[in-house]
Amino acid sequence: MLELAIGIILGGCALGAGCAMIAGIGPGIGEGNAVAKACEAIGRQPECKGSVTTTMLMGCAVAETTGLYALVIAILLIFVAPKLLVGVLMGALGL
Amino acid sequence: MSRKTAKDRLVDLGLILMMVLPFVLAMMLKILTKPYEQGISVSGAQVYFTIPMPIQDLPITESQVVSLCVIVSILGLCLFMTRNLKVVPQTKRQIIVEFIVEKATSFVNGNMGKRFAAFGPFVAAIMALSAFSSLSSLLGLYPPTSDINIVAGWAILVFILITYYKLQGGVLNYIKGFAEPFALFAPFNVISEFATPVSMAFRHYGNVLSGVVISTLIAAGLQGLSRLVLGWLPGVLGNIPFLQIGLPAVLSLYFDLFSGLLQAFIFAMLTMLYISTGAPEEEA
Repeated sequence: MLELAIGIILGGCALGAGCAMIAGIGPGIGEGNAVAKACEAIGRQPECKGSVTTTMLMGCAVAETTGLYALVIAILLIFVAPKLLVGVLMGALGL
Repeated sequence: MSRKTAKDRLVDLGLILMMVLPFVLAMMLKILTKPYEQGISVSGAQVYFTIPMPIQDLPITESQVVSLCVIVSILGLCLFMTRNLKVVPQTKRQIIVEFIVEKATSFVNGNMGKRFAAFGPFVAAIMALSAFSSLSSLLGLYPPTSDINIVAGWAILVFILITYYKLQGGVLNYIKGFAEPFALFAPFNVISEFATPVSMAFRHYGNVLSGVVISTLIAAGLQGLSRLVLGWLPGVLGNIPFLQIGLPAVLSLYFDLFSGLLQAFIFAMLTMLYISTGAPEEEA
């Protein structure tokens, strides 16, 4: 029975990490849009290349934040949560 | 050009040692204390020892040690570069330093306006600290920026600064600012106020940590692959992961160099933006 419980914990953590990383879609689309528009802008006004690139990198990094939140949660679920949850389970069972 | 005296050379040598030694010591400490483990694993910063405290024990981790090394090293670099300054630059050092300071000043002036010109050293310090911390992973050390505690410390510092500059417009105005556009929005405004440091810390830490995790996973995968493919080689040759040569270096170019420097730039940029937008408009 204990093996089953631990298996459910590990499986749930892995599934949760996978689901969390679905959030990677959003920043991908957003950054793609930003870079596409920056390319257009540079094509129209090549002399503005420096400032356009700086602003684009800045915007990309800000757009990346939501993806990084998901990444942090996924990393916590994979590397931290299993040990913690198994510890809690063991504590509840008095082992 | 004046001749260098022996004392000058000695001080120069001492300062160069001050730049290099912390990293050498940190690497030696890491090599000596790293527990032996089969294969490669992803783990947090190693805890060297804990100091007993009344409420909770204070662990001294690898990231704290490395970040102190970075601070000492940057101090050494600054002292080394700014020795024997002359009104008319005579050494290459002074020309480089003047170039960097000029760039930093114009960067801050361009983004924050003239009245925040005093922020130049602060922003440059944050940028240098963050960049050097991320780059320390090139030496095989644990980059302090991939530890949330270090980055959260910087973010809290920036948050205090933002709040200080918002309070410059009067406490009443500060409280009134939460009820924009109308009073019902107050909870959301409070949340977004606290989201600022959280998002700054998570952005920086997540970027560097993702680089560390992905490089480690790829290194581990290549090790397994080379054991599978080249395991038939006789003797010690079979145990050397030859496939690990090459690809991790290319990845580290992106994750350590580009991503680390970009995050340093963005952290400094956001610091400037938040502070300059938080401060009240100047009556001209």
